[in-house]
Amino acid sequence: MATHVEIPAATIAGFPPDKARRLFELMVSANKGDHFHQLGLAIEHVDARCVRVRLPYGEHLVGNPDTGVIHGGVLTTVLDTCCGFATLTALAQPELCPTMDLRIDYMRPATPGKTLYAEGEVYRVTDQVIFTRGVAYHETRDHPVAHCVANFSRLDAAIAAQMAEQITRVMDSLEGAHEPKQ
Amino acid sequence: MSQSSDFADLVRQARAQQRPELLTQAIPYARLLGIQAQQHPDGLRFLMAASAGNVGNPTLPALHGGAIGGCMETAAALHLLMHMDTLKVPKIVDFSIDYVRAGKLRDTWVSCDVVRQGRRLVNIGINAWQTDPSESIARARAHFLLSD
Repeated sequence: MATHVEIPAATIAGFPPDKARRLFELMVSANKGDHFHQLGLAIEHVDARCVRVRLPYGEHLVGNPDTGVIHGGVLTTVLDTCCGFATLTALAQPELCPTMDLRIDYMRPATPGKTLYAEGEVYRVTDQVIFTRGVAYHETRDHPVAHCVANFSRLDAAIAAQMAEQITRVMDSLEGAHEPKQ
Repeated sequence: MSQSSDFADLVRQARAQQRPELLTQAIPYARLLGIQAQQHPDGLRFLMAASAGNVGNPTLPALHGGAIGGCMETAAALHLLMHMDTLKVPKIVDFSIDYVRAGKLRDTWVSCDVVRQGRRLVNIGINAWQTDPSESIARARAHFLLSD
């Protein structure tokens, strides 16, 4: 996504994009009726340190009944989600870090009827904090609806290790189900 | 759209009758989150009742941070619609949120505080809590543009 990505070498060994993508697809689809389902959010693209999500337009997202423009809060969820997912692609082990803070600048209203895309990217990983930034748009990133920066706090090492083990177990069992044993 | 839109009429009615719920019912996204508005001795309060539809992490379970942020932003816009002269949904310019405690799957309350009203821009602070107003789960601030 961007040109300057500052990631310590020790932290990028890890979670491969294809595996991360399967995890994200599981996270947005597994829990029927949750907030991902409420909005209609889907994973569009995953690569190292960057995640793109997709949200088709819907009447349920409207914040201004006069214009049909979707609510800014929808952008908050979409950007928080893609930035949060992006943190996973920059870590050696899967660790779901909570959002510490998030700032959004609204460049222009989203266009009624159009699908929204949002990309989140990690630009710095430390032992305590992961720094991300994101952009939401319709056709092209050069014509953004909103920009954001979001920071995520790392978990305690013991909790992170336990979580990584759980996630890996779930992922392995799913992969086992996808690839029948010979 | 014109000042005589259905929504502008609703805003007039909501103010005249002190019934902010007329506006929450008219905004689809506010209905999606399940936001209710109530008059309280300390001012307008908003409630996002505990709902599976706002969950982002099923294992804790915890509300999606975006639902909390979306609720706070909606509350701020509604607060301005009830208190300012504008008849249109105010335009959000920027929004900054600090998540300070876990947002559990519980009723979440929100109150707003206009920090400064300029001629066209308003700075508004927003507090969200679940059990005690002094124990915020999130604090936010936003700038809105009031259109004519």
